[in-house]
Amino acid sequence: MSVTSTPFVDPHRLGHVAGVPPTWVISGRGEGGPAPKRIVVGYGFWIFLLSDIVMFSALFATYSVLMDATAGGPTGEQLFNLRHVALETGCLLASSFTCGLASLALNEKNLPRYLLAMTVTCLLGGAFLALEVTEFADFVARGAGPTRSAFLSAFFTLVGCHGMHVTLGLLWALTIMAQVVAKGFRADIARRFLCFSLFWHALDIIWVGLFTVVYLLGAGA
Amino acid sequence: MSEGEHQFPHHADTGPGEQPLEPSEGGARSYLIGLGLAILLTIASFFFAGSDAIWGPAIPIALIVLAIAQMGVHLVFFLHITTAPDHTNNVMALAFGVLIVFLVIGGSVWIMSHLNANMMPTAAMMQMR
Repeated sequence: MSVTSTPFVDPHRLGHVAGVPPTWVISGRGEGGPAPKRIVVGYGFWIFLLSDIVMFSALFATYSVLMDATAGGPTGEQLFNLRHVALETGCLLASSFTCGLASLALNEKNLPRYLLAMTVTCLLGGAFLALEVTEFADFVARGAGPTRSAFLSAFFTLVGCHGMHVTLGLLWALTIMAQVVAKGFRADIARRFLCFSLFWHALDIIWVGLFTVVYLLGAGA
Repeated sequence: MSEGEHQFPHHADTGPGEQPLEPSEGGARSYLIGLGLAILLTIASFFFAGSDAIWGPAIPIALIVLAIAQMGVHLVFFLHITTAPDHTNNVMALAFGVLIVFLVIGGSVWIMSHLNANMMPTAAMMQMR
């Protein structure tokens, strides 16, 4: 029992809870045992999200470098409609908020509120996608497709990649809704939802960089 | 397992596969504060982009500062990245990610702007052909 007299608790250990008396140091699982699965799963998915953000940073760098390479074609100032972009931003921000409300309803195991929040999340995400597709179609119709200039290639790659993420996120949202309906608020389903909500919020963070670098810096200043 | 398993505090660690603990996040209030701040920062961004309220050459810097602030708001109030010990590893990974992002974007823009500045003007290059 010499272990109990000098309990060592590493405050930086994964899953450490502040203020918890270190009684479990004697559990024989080494520094209190493994962290809860929810923490480990969240951490792993966070690493994936960061790698995704690093990939986006390469696309952002490409766009920043090629921003002025319009090859005599239309510039961002002529193409971008900031009112349209503001609407897209509002949709995505609101859907991020309702996704947060859905995670609260999931914690309370409140199925009707969960389904309502997720439905609104999907509708707002769908509205965002519809706005983006309209914008792309409008650009192509005005002769500003991805093949027109290096600027437009970089634009369609960056914004299209984000749009593709939103599309996959929508499919994932519908899947996780169906899983909750079919299997209930099980612990593993709750962890899958945690990953989805992290993904959805991260997409909104990327959109913040996107509307600032691409649209506001491209059209205004 | 031994009966000693049950005397561990409920909010201490549990082994993998056991019922996870309910996250004690800020609740609806956290999301509401985050939404309010994000809306304010977004409106500020869109307002300053097309206005002459601030000195013209400073607008890009103002927009980038507003964007970074809004990303911070999203991280804290939506993704719940905090200074709690639970999040130490998440914060360390985030710091590394931010480092790479700044190296990739900042380095590319820096190098390419120097290359562009040193390039021969297109007209002069045409004459050399």
